Amino acid sequence: MKSIYLDNAATTQVDKKVVEAMLPYFSEKYGNASSHHLKGQEAKRVLEESRSIIARSISAKDDEIIFTSSGTESNNFALKGLFFANKDNGKNHIITTKIEHDCVLNSCKWLESQGAKVSYLDVDEKGFVNPTDVENTITPETFLVSIIHGNNEIGTIQDIEAIGRICKEKGVLFHIDACQSYTKTKIHVNKQNLDLVTLNAHKIHGPKGIGALFIRKDIKIIPLFHGGGHEKNLRSGTENIPAIVGFAKAVKLAKERDINYVINLRDKFIQGILEIPNTNLNGLKEKRLCNNINVCFNNIEGEAIGGYLDAYGICSSTGSACSSNSLESSHVLKAIGKTDLQINTSIRLSLSKFNTEEEIDYVLKILNKIVEKLRRISPIK
Amino acid sequence: MKNKFQEYNKEVMEHFLKPKNSGRIENPDVVGRINNDMCGDVMEISLKIKDNKIKDIKFQTMGCAAAIASSDVLCELAKGKTLDEAKKIDREMIIKNNIKLKLIT
Ligand SMILES: Cc1ncc(COP(=O)(O)O)c(C=O)c1O
Repeated sequence: MKSIYLDNAATTQVDKKVVEAMLPYFSEKYGNASSHHLKGQEAKRVLEESRSIIARSISAKDDEIIFTSSGTESNNFALKGLFFANKDNGKNHIITTKIEHDCVLNSCKWLESQGAKVSYLDVDEKGFVNPTDVENTITPETFLVSIIHGNNEIGTIQDIEAIGRICKEKGVLFHIDACQSYTKTKIHVNKQNLDLVTLNAHKIHGPKGIGALFIRKDIKIIPLFHGGGHEKNLRSGTENIPAIVGFAKAVKLAKERDINYVINLRDKFIQGILEIPNTNLNGLKEKRLCNNINVCFNNIEGEAIGGYLDAYGICSSTGSACSSNSLESSHVLKAIGKTDLQINTSIRLSLSKFNTEEEIDYVLKILNKIVEKLRRISPIK
Repeated sequence: MKNKFQEYNKEVMEHFLKPKNSGRIENPDVVGRINNDMCGDVMEISLKIKDNKIKDIKFQTMGCAAAIASSDVLCELAKGKTLDEAKKIDREMIIKNNIKLKLIT
């Protein structure tokens, strides 16, 4: 069966051009970038070229980009590295939100056990942080504000310009998790007053297991990994050259016209879904990631909708799963005030440049049938 | 955010995708409804009873794939049984006799 992939917020198809760019760096140009010989220098050169491509994409300087193993590592590094660099100056307060990715939330929870104080800001019913709340929560102990730029579940894009201005004014560091927004929404580290930015490759048609952290020059941060002194002594470990090359290629391939193409698909898709009675969009139509759709279907479970879609070869994602042993429900949908019932009836569909209009038409047709059938089975009308 | 349909086997998926006993009996003798507060599932069973035996039984369930599949199996097991026999149906029976579902707590 041909599959239709609508889970691009989880990960994306690696672009064939990315794979092609990576291939020589496995068996031909396999040098260690720290070696002084020919092969080492060949690797070193492409490492620095790749760094430069990523730096330029967010208007940073080349030496402000550190490669890591993932978005998860970059977020861990930013939060923990800054906490350990600041705690002896009497600064131990972090401001973040209730709608962060688990790797930020769980890092913050762990830091609390190490003496950090963390404020988890509320968001409004559409998923937006109020910049004034950030301002009012800053204390003399605050060293960091860490905010998810584009939300992985409901696609909200936060007003980082406003938050960046406040942080600059108050002399607090500002970190954003841009895994979902990178190449989809403008990121300019100077205009937006960003001090640290988390990036990764596998959400933008690059390989998995490679990420980067932008760290503004002269910011003091303690490394997570100690070793041979790679990455300006901030992240030891032999650089993953093929993945780094693939990451840079994916950034180069990201084009404005792809964003517009995906926005059109998304809006058509949303409109089609909302024509099904008793459905509503989670989050706002505007200020939304170009590829994100999250819908509440009411009175039928998202997990069951996903099960039917799966039987048609359509990959989607639900906000909760009671099929596993633990009952997890989305902390993001909870934060925007959805009831457990509403959360259970929501699904996320996330697009990429590889989706087509025909696919959307087909999925809408199937989705109509599925919803009708499950509503017939449901005792709640 | 996860889909775990690979964890369900063929029998579960069959009962989930093509339930034979979904719906509501017209002029039922008994209707029972139960909510699972933990995961928000709601199940409603309608029965036609004759001579103390279940002549017909149908379900309506709002729940996940496993909930819908086990509702269907429950109906299959209960049909034709006396009320006393039907009362003895428990989740182990549903799992053992029909679908190899993992126990969900
Ligand atoms: C917003 C956000 N942050 C962080 C991550 C983690 O990135 P990675 O999968 O590279 O560890 C993801 C994706 O899983 C994400 O969507």
